[in-house]
Amino acid sequence: MRTPLNLGMDELRQRLLHMGGLAEQAVDRACQAYRERDLARCQMVLENEGLINAAERDIDELAFDILARQQPLAGDLRFILAVTKINSDLERVGDQSVNIAERVMDMVELPAVQLPVDIPRMAAAVSAMVRRALESFVEGRAELAQAVLEMDNVVDRMRDEAFILLVKTMNDRPEVTRQALDALLVARNLERVADHATNIAEDVIFWIRGADVRHNVGHGTNANTGESVKE
Amino acid sequence: MGVEIKVEKINAWYGKTQALFDIDLNILANRATALIGPSGCGKSTFIRCLNRMHETLPGARVTGRVQIGDLDIYKGTSATQLRRRVGMVFQKPNPFPSMSIYDNVAAGLKLNGFSNRKQTDEIVETALKSSALWDEVKDSLHKQSGASLSGGQQQRLCIARALAVQPEVLLMDEPCSALDPISTGKVEELIFQLKSQYTIVIVTHNMQQAGRVAEFTGFFLLGKMIEFDKTERIFTNPSDKRTEDYVTGRFG
Repeated sequence: MRTPLNLGMDELRQRLLHMGGLAEQAVDRACQAYRERDLARCQMVLENEGLINAAERDIDELAFDILARQQPLAGDLRFILAVTKINSDLERVGDQSVNIAERVMDMVELPAVQLPVDIPRMAAAVSAMVRRALESFVEGRAELAQAVLEMDNVVDRMRDEAFILLVKTMNDRPEVTRQALDALLVARNLERVADHATNIAEDVIFWIRGADVRHNVGHGTNANTGESVKE
Repeated sequence: MGVEIKVEKINAWYGKTQALFDIDLNILANRATALIGPSGCGKSTFIRCLNRMHETLPGARVTGRVQIGDLDIYKGTSATQLRRRVGMVFQKPNPFPSMSIYDNVAAGLKLNGFSNRKQTDEIVETALKSSALWDEVKDSLHKQSGASLSGGQQQRLCIARALAVQPEVLLMDEPCSALDPISTGKVEELIFQLKSQYTIVIVTHNMQQAGRVAEFTGFFLLGKMIEFDKTERIFTNPSDKRTEDYVTGRFG
């Protein structure tokens, strides 16, 4: 049945997917800009940030309208709450992409140096997390979202390794400190993007299963009751 | 103070048609419990079994056990005795039209043979204060008839009438369905305050209302109680798909 609530939720889903596409594109462009020292791509990331911010406002406005006028309950209510939280995370993904682009713009002004970290590998892992988190939302599949949560530890380890190696580089080769610092900040930005992808996956699980799995609490259980959740 | 209600295997019939099937339920004292479900699901029949009104209809009967506090209501308890302890408010406000506001509130006391005027005055005042109507009617208690009040005031008058006999349980059958949002808000605020002293069971079609006033909610469908849980759980993450479908408006 095509009720105003169903129509509103479909519209919300479409808008979030559009925003997800923009955020995913921003991360990919920023990472590509890092790999290729490409200032034009950096500029594209900066310019597209406004689109992401506008999309965030549109989604919040529609969600607010649906909450006020349709008063959704149960799975519908969880969906709207999840969308509003995913919306914020996607906007932050856009911000982190801008941060990466700004670091690349700084690096491009400096001589290119060889650094002992594989930022492109980390970027690929992070992009995959964002993509998979959005897929789990599109397909409404909690098991896909669960897989994203597990990938977060891998990215955290990459970030820790990058920190150790880059700090050592700064000590051993002070002349490349600025490049190493830029790479270190990029690693940190990527790790933050991974955290946002994790948040999105947690929100998808909340929507599908009604389970609050944030902060490693209640995996597979309802946070209120401690009972096993339904699939 | 409110008392606990224990319901065991309640079945109810209208003639040969069975309306309730093996309802088991524990309703906690001093809490508001909402009953929701589509029209004809048995929720109103169920609360009418809690004050023995169901059996007053021709051909209607009930089996099972209902314990309200220390009363086993279908065993050795008269309907009059029961209704002193269980008040009821109906969908449509039904003040006695020819009686003054005062007499409406005092009607239950008089029926029970209570005749002390000074104490009746005190009880009427307390009941009208408890139903948040006192300030609006205190100057016209004897001059104005109950029927001349607005719909929302009439419903609060009916609540005062139910409270005057000092019941332990208050049953409310869609008490706000005929009221505007302002009057509905006042009745809901009242329910919120009254539940510290009474056990309240409210039948409602308005799920937002159930969410606002009740700590527990039961979902009825086709004469069966499908799910009973904390209201928060019923409206955010119900266990049964039929409950989910109903509260999200996918049927009913």
